[in-house]
Amino acid sequence: MATAQTISFREPASHAAEVPKSAVMGEDLQELQGDKLVLNIGPSHPSTHGVLRVVVELDGETITKAMPDIGYLHRGDEKIAENMTYNQFVPYTDRLDYLAPLANNVAYALAVEKLMGIHDKLPPRCQYIRVICCELARISAHLLGVGCFAMDVGAMTVFLHTFTEREKIYNLIESLTGARFTTSYTRIGGMTRDLPPGWVDQCRKFLDEVVVCFAEVGSLLTRNRIWVDRTRDVGVISKELAINYGLTGPNLRGSGVAYDVRKAHPYLCYSDLEFDVPVGSVGDSYDRYLVRMEESQQSVRLLHQCLDKLPGGADNRSKEPFHVQDGKTVLPPKDKVLTSMEELIHQFMLVTQGVNAPPGEVYFGAENPKGELGFYINSRGGGTPYRLKIRAPSFVNLSILPAILPGHMMSDMVTILGSLDFVMGECDR
Amino acid sequence: MSTKVVDRTPLTFYERSYLPAILSGLKVTARHFLRSAKGHNTATDLSQGYYPEVPWTVAEGYRGAPYLVRDQEGHTKCVSCQLCEFICPPKAIKITPPGPEGIPSDRANAEKMPREFEINMLRCIFCGMCQEVCPEEAIFLQKDYSLTGTSREEMIYNKEKLLSLGGTHAGIQKWKHKLESAQHQEVFPVKTH
Repeated sequence: MATAQTISFREPASHAAEVPKSAVMGEDLQELQGDKLVLNIGPSHPSTHGVLRVVVELDGETITKAMPDIGYLHRGDEKIAENMTYNQFVPYTDRLDYLAPLANNVAYALAVEKLMGIHDKLPPRCQYIRVICCELARISAHLLGVGCFAMDVGAMTVFLHTFTEREKIYNLIESLTGARFTTSYTRIGGMTRDLPPGWVDQCRKFLDEVVVCFAEVGSLLTRNRIWVDRTRDVGVISKELAINYGLTGPNLRGSGVAYDVRKAHPYLCYSDLEFDVPVGSVGDSYDRYLVRMEESQQSVRLLHQCLDKLPGGADNRSKEPFHVQDGKTVLPPKDKVLTSMEELIHQFMLVTQGVNAPPGEVYFGAENPKGELGFYINSRGGGTPYRLKIRAPSFVNLSILPAILPGHMMSDMVTILGSLDFVMGECDR
Repeated sequence: MSTKVVDRTPLTFYERSYLPAILSGLKVTARHFLRSAKGHNTATDLSQGYYPEVPWTVAEGYRGAPYLVRDQEGHTKCVSCQLCEFICPPKAIKITPPGPEGIPSDRANAEKMPREFEINMLRCIFCGMCQEVCPEEAIFLQKDYSLTGTSREEMIYNKEKLLSLGGTHAGIQKWKHKLESAQHQEVFPVKTH
């Protein structure tokens, strides 16, 4: 980018800046009156949560135009997917929204399963474990989202407390999947492993502790005048604007649109579980914060239901399957591979050729912490997608910046970026 | 659909005086202060102590660095089938098969073993797919998570290094059983006319 000025700005959609002329302005200052300052925020800036660059045009301290410049974290994931089998792409989905890798794994596996027509044949235990994964990821992502939002605005304490709770989630994820961060937990047709012994009790213990943390965060922020003054009526997104820009997730619900993929198009066992969809009424940063807090509480509620209803119970004494029973979709058991010819052939076929997906195209969207993460798969048959498009919620959510930033003060931009809670790994993918 | 509109009642006059927020903030801090005064330390509660003085003990089933293993009798388990090389998403594994002239294996009756087996630990992402696909249980993700080296070459682990790091893994000795059954067939009494 040679000069920032060459970027063609779109007209700000609202909030025409009204800058009061100061009567006590000196002569040299009056000459400067009307000059706009173009400022680059990012790509490496603490409040941009990654490598987002925003070119803003400032009139004094008021933003008159804003243009996000993305792509600094582009890795070509969609093209990479075309060159590998469906299962091989699972580790790449960890690195989309890296604050909720488990939820990405689940969304991707479900998309491929929908293509293969086995998404409704998943055994109940598999569905419940996947919901547990999704909701743990949601709590983790919202704890980070709220913590970082508060830290950007100046409340450092919240961040430290929420990170302690996230550490506990990481410990749970480590014993569940074998990795703290890069989970790669799902496979087409199921998961890599079942719940380890004692995990359900650990998870229950964590749920009891995390609600205390929610209460603490609430007491530090929700009725705190400094916090309310910084977030209330800042970055207002009206219902129409939110829908027009295709926002999803807590950002859309903060604007008062009760759209949640888990309710609108239920997948897994969400239709058997009870939860409320929190919505805001104004659509400002404060509403988005409140929606995230309430959504985490609903996730706790969902997790309690899942742990209670888990088919097979905590130890799976009744040997409920946790993946589909099809030797051509999931790898056969290891002891069979070592001793039996049939399973050995299946193992080699499945690894080298991948699952045998039919030709066709499919779109599957899942409610991720940041919004609707969608995978569009165009298949020409066989084990490799012909085209895989990732509909990343952060990418769409960021597109609203030129419309809502103008008219705000420079320091409000930090609030707005924090309240949108995006992640660049997913936006640039 | 059950929706729940979040509560955003305007602050009361008392709340606008900053006082309740300060008090509840201090309450949170005091709670945590008293907890740690009683000997509870979040860092040591969640792990065994402060890293790196006290190394992190990983959970059971942790996916660390992948190493090759030997069987109970010290034989290389890997038979150079190259499934792991094929599946490896970041392409970290490189296997050189023995070829027609190479030594087939270090034990009787096994088909072959790799001449060279290299894992580039700079590329490896510890995803565990190699262990998952291995039809011989020859490669396992073990508990090492902190690998360091001073050069790129040093981080490419060869067969010798991987085998020495991997140790032994007792399991079904597939090739031993095959050998036994083959020998059994050889002594099978054949009818002579």
